[in-house]
Amino acid sequence: MIEILPDKCDFCGCCVGVCPVDAIELKEAEITIIEETCTNCAKCVWSCPIEVLVFNRNGAGKKNDEK
Amino acid sequence: MMKSEYDIVVVGAGPAGSMAARFAAEKGVSVLVLEKDRDVGYPVRCGEAVSKAGIEEFIPSDPKFIATVINKFSFIAPDGSEVIVPLEEEGYILERRIFDYELAKTAAAAGAEILTRAYVNGLLFDGNKVNGVKFEYDGEQKEIKSKIVIAADGVESRVGRWAGLKTHIDFRDMESAVQITASNISVKPDTCYFYFGEEYAPQGYFWIFPKDSKTANIGLGVGGDMNRKKSALTYLNNFMKKNYPGASVLTRIAGGVPCVPTLDKIVAPGIMLAGDAARQVNPLSGGGIASGMIGGSIAGTVAAESVLMNKPEYVFEYEKRWNDRLGKRHLIFNRIKNGIYNFTDEQFNGIAHAALKLPEEKRTLGNIFKTALVNKPKLLIDVAKVFFTK
Repeated sequence: MIEILPDKCDFCGCCVGVCPVDAIELKEAEITIIEETCTNCAKCVWSCPIEVLVFNRNGAGKKNDEK
Repeated sequence: MMKSEYDIVVVGAGPAGSMAARFAAEKGVSVLVLEKDRDVGYPVRCGEAVSKAGIEEFIPSDPKFIATVINKFSFIAPDGSEVIVPLEEEGYILERRIFDYELAKTAAAAGAEILTRAYVNGLLFDGNKVNGVKFEYDGEQKEIKSKIVIAADGVESRVGRWAGLKTHIDFRDMESAVQITASNISVKPDTCYFYFGEEYAPQGYFWIFPKDSKTANIGLGVGGDMNRKKSALTYLNNFMKKNYPGASVLTRIAGGVPCVPTLDKIVAPGIMLAGDAARQVNPLSGGGIASGMIGGSIAGTVAAESVLMNKPEYVFEYEKRWNDRLGKRHLIFNRIKNGIYNFTDEQFNGIAHAALKLPEEKRTLGNIFKTALVNKPKLLIDVAKVFFTK
């Protein structure tokens, strides 16, 4: 599951631009991953310039729970 | 007082959105601009460099939004070789937070209404045609109808996606960027510095853009594949530690720069994309202020014409006008970018050594690119097209 560390975020929108499934919502200083839509592809993690997004392989994400 | 219906709704009040709003309003149609942030122009997400000509097409130069006047570029190769290029046309480092305000004021003066803290979260449809927006304002969910929506909602654009336009960009083509405004350093206020190579910014460049003799925007962009291995922030921190350990940091911003040609489709029934949302950034330089204003102004003009003629299908004229004005040029810039994107440190050093052998009066941007691409004849033609013809 992908997590956002909100205290580190600059709300720049880079992750939103690379998300292939429109699963990230950005307001002025508020960012959310829409878990039902997210496919855990990690492209947002790879493109974040300041390491705000982290991919947690062992996390209890929805997609993992379903398996 | 907000009406329940407008001819045109513009999403986003950056340079592209404000110019779209102004050019539409000047033709006499009703225009509403919805900006998600509290402030127009803030937070700034930009290196703030632009050419004088790029600005003056839309607004007279004004010291209140110009931090410094630039007349030299300095390119620094991985081995430290420095190539100084006097500019044929001067440039500016802007104060974007003031500049964007001034642009929005010209839109307002033309008759556009502007609302901040208005977060657009959906579109209204009539069949497959967009005919308005849903947005959150003051804690309430609202709807506004419009004949045309212009989405100038930035690199994070989602509005176009809701209308079925493919705005998502491959992470490898997104330059991951970070920048600080550093003070208590010493810089030449008339020179922009560009550093190349593995240490500074692979698949991109590192920049120092002066805001005065003691302050500068210092930042870099790297290709997404590079950022994946080592983040842009790590490169920046390493550079600062080595070169400016005592600097004070006045701001830090991050950002994605979509270094690609314009999207194939920037229009769908009832909706047009402009600026970063349409990927109208110059893919070689990453600059998007001037090109965004051009895109916005064409979108606004065509949208108003469509409304006035009562011809909804006329919105597609925007793609043609944009491609004729800059879209085709950006394709060429993109080919040149791809030609130098993966140069090794040795190649960058070689270019610098060859450029230093050019007599000073021949050291122009065009000639530097010619030197860089001397072994790629096809790209030399591209260089000629964009650097040696006006």
